Amino acid sequence: MPLIEFTDKGLYCPQGGFYIDPWRPVDRAIITHAHSDHARAGSGAYLCHRLTVPLLEWRLGVAAEAVQGVEWGEPVFMNGVRVSLHPAGHIIGSSQVRVEYQGEVWVVSGDYKTEDDGISGAFEPIKCQVFVTESTFGLPIYDWKPQPVIFGNIQDWVVGNREQGKASVLIAYSLGKAQRLLSCLEPVTEKIYVHGAVWNIHQALVNAGVALPPVERVMPEMPRELFKGQVVIAPSSAEGSPWIRRFQPFAVGVCSGWMQVRGNVRRRNADAGFALSDHADWKGLLGAIEATGAEKVFVTHGFQATLARYLNERGIAAAEVKTAYGEDEEGGEPTDKEEKEAAHE
Amino acid sequence: MNNNYRGGMRLFAELVVLLGTSTKTNDKLDALATYFASAGDADKVWVIALFSGRKPKRTVNATQLQEWCREATGLPAWLFEECYHTVGDLAETIALLLPQNGDEAETGYSLADYLRQLVQIGKEEEAVKKELVLRCWRQMNKEERFVFNKLITGGFRIGISQKMIVNALGRSAGVDAAIIAHRITGDWDPATTTFSTLLSEEGGGGDLSKPYPFYLAYALEEEPAALGDPAEWQAEWKWDGIRGELICRGGQLFVWSRGEELMTEKFPEYQAWRELLPEGVVLDGEIIGLRAGPGAAESGEGANVVVGQDGNAGVTESDETVGLDFVPLPFAALQTRIGRKNVTKKNLQEVPVGFIAYDLLEYEGQDWRNRSLTERRAQLETIIGSVNHPLLQLSPVIRFRDWEQLAVIRQSSREVGSEGVMLKKKSSVYQVGRKRGDWWKWKIDPLVIDAVMVYAQKGHGRRSNLYTDYTFAVRGGDQLVTFTKAYSGLTDKELAEVDAFVRKNSLEKFGPVRTVKPELVFEIAFEGIAASARHKSGVALRFPRINRWRKDKTPAEIDTIEDLKRMLEVYGK
Repeated sequence: MPLIEFTDKGLYCPQGGFYIDPWRPVDRAIITHAHSDHARAGSGAYLCHRLTVPLLEWRLGVAAEAVQGVEWGEPVFMNGVRVSLHPAGHIIGSSQVRVEYQGEVWVVSGDYKTEDDGISGAFEPIKCQVFVTESTFGLPIYDWKPQPVIFGNIQDWVVGNREQGKASVLIAYSLGKAQRLLSCLEPVTEKIYVHGAVWNIHQALVNAGVALPPVERVMPEMPRELFKGQVVIAPSSAEGSPWIRRFQPFAVGVCSGWMQVRGNVRRRNADAGFALSDHADWKGLLGAIEATGAEKVFVTHGFQATLARYLNERGIAAAEVKTAYGEDEEGGEPTDKEEKEAAHE
Repeated sequence: MNNNYRGGMRLFAELVVLLGTSTKTNDKLDALATYFASAGDADKVWVIALFSGRKPKRTVNATQLQEWCREATGLPAWLFEECYHTVGDLAETIALLLPQNGDEAETGYSLADYLRQLVQIGKEEEAVKKELVLRCWRQMNKEERFVFNKLITGGFRIGISQKMIVNALGRSAGVDAAIIAHRITGDWDPATTTFSTLLSEEGGGGDLSKPYPFYLAYALEEEPAALGDPAEWQAEWKWDGIRGELICRGGQLFVWSRGEELMTEKFPEYQAWRELLPEGVVLDGEIIGLRAGPGAAESGEGANVVVGQDGNAGVTESDETVGLDFVPLPFAALQTRIGRKNVTKKNLQEVPVGFIAYDLLEYEGQDWRNRSLTERRAQLETIIGSVNHPLLQLSPVIRFRDWEQLAVIRQSSREVGSEGVMLKKKSSVYQVGRKRGDWWKWKIDPLVIDAVMVYAQKGHGRRSNLYTDYTFAVRGGDQLVTFTKAYSGLTDKELAEVDAFVRKNSLEKFGPVRTVKPELVFEIAFEGIAASARHKSGVALRFPRINRWRKDKTPAEIDTIEDLKRMLEVYGK
């Protein structure tokens, strides 16, 4: 019996009797991070990183007593199976799940990036026999510039817009990318305005004790003149909506790994695209996989066929696995709840 | 000094990025105007050339580029292919795959420098070419590499029209846009033309072959009654060939296509008119396959299709059905001619190409574009009449009493081998580019057929990494017979929906193509149909596109190959 099975509800550990990121309700769910394709409502009990707890409560409406928060590296035993969480570097609270039983070690990556963004915790390579990796950006065309370079590009763009009297609206996922952008924007603006969806996440994190630069929520009664030349962070649901018109004149900059390819920038009708991603790029994936020393790699959501084939050719046994993760290609579009909020703003 | 030339390539690459992402015409104009104000002269000449459809001579091919990139990156061929299909653009794929150089790598080379080097290596050995390309790549950042690769592979489509280039130049040079448009048309070589000569009074050397920019019509979106008094309008058939300009100057005859391409060599039959046409004449018309002899213009029921050589009432027979003096051949026939490098005697016999003239732009060496259509037309009729050659025809004027009658006549467009009706105001001057108001095209409704999607492939450009290019099939007995591809017609939202379907319902994969469960039904619209030995279905469609998604239909309800064959019988002769 393998330590972890791939079932139609998610990744299942029969010995421990728990699932990892199940996409259907189960009794016990370990959650790698709070993005909607990994964290779903309806399960009986949840285990996740301490900083993911308030996000699950907020986003899924999970009762506090149903969620157990742990620190990175803190072991939890379930029917003899040793489970521990380790930083995945994807977003705040995001974790890899290490599962050990009778000397066999599996690691499930969830979503991860190998560059330290300063707020999500630095990705920790963990030795294991079997590694389950994501592959959202599993093609060599995805080769990210270092964060300081992209931050510089964004800052130049913001300043340039302000010189033309335009507001800068940055489209970013409200959980993860939005928080990551704050330290980029802080040096070039006095105030950072945010959409309600971003505001809610921000509050949940600040209340849980995460130190983040202050933001200001865009309110319906605010006069339009206030936003002249200002900086705004909003989720993609705000793009092209009536909500965004209040910033006129403005330029839209989309922050997403998909912006690496010109066609995607044009398709989004964005004025600018910044390939700032919370997922590992091709080199990041290969480096992380190699560092685990795994004998067997299962490749999930993304370019799984490509990455699996490449690994096999390089002598690393790999197979692709179908999951329900990353169904929205952005690897983190707003949840339904946020969409509704955006529509009402 | 030479400050302008430093980083010329970088400047150009930034312009391309800006033009690629700006969504507003004004932003693009600003970007272009700023560029023209700061770039070096030699670079500006090249930019005008590139954006007006002139290409540098190809000295390195796409296969070589691909190989050198694979060598430099050590990627297996299949992985390179995967990347290419996801990006949808070879030049960009290579730019993304090459190792990053960092943004600081300022090269100091100008666009013109790089182009000069590329042209110079034309006759060199492959090793020399490779060395140059690799060196250039090392000097460049990602954006520069992209435009550099684009220059090599050709096909620079950046989403700006020549009109925009012309307007931006007009703005920065302070010259009327129409004058600029004329100056930069024609046959000039960006490698040898200076910026000041190009924009000087004579333009690019004042050569004899210089054409006038075409006046293009918008599609009529409302009822023609909105145009007012029918007596003020001239109606003609809209021909399905290639828009062309015939220039007869200095005892020479030149042919330009709308794509600003000199096509003189392709149509040797035109040279017969060199002696027949008067000196200093420029005609606007349609390059089209033609057979002389009475045409098939049997009018629609009860409609009096009255065509004559004269737009004025009461000169020719009235209330009597008159045929054309020629038979236009379908566009597919013309394609067999323009596709080949050398035209053989057999080609000339099988598909004789004629010219249907409909306007006169220059007469006795004088620019006639500011005269009224009526005046130009009268002179045109005299000229064509005096040439009297079976392949040089006058586009007949359709006589009509009122808009209702014209609407009926328009229904018979396909029978005369046309794709609808052109409406031109009799008092109109010949303008530059696509303008509203005086000229309209009033096309007939397309032919349609319901088909099921069977293959899908990822698209290019703004559709990269999305399954947007589809192949469709109709029913043939108990099998599905593919008959066309179509790429356009769906909204972004629908494309996303179909893309999701393709990803979930792929039956098999060969190369970039996915075989898809035949489930989604679409109405395919097209302008014409012709027999084709190259296609499994035996037919080739003209301008196929998706008219709408028939979510109300199941694959059992699609049309059949017999339906297509019937259309071929009726419209595809």
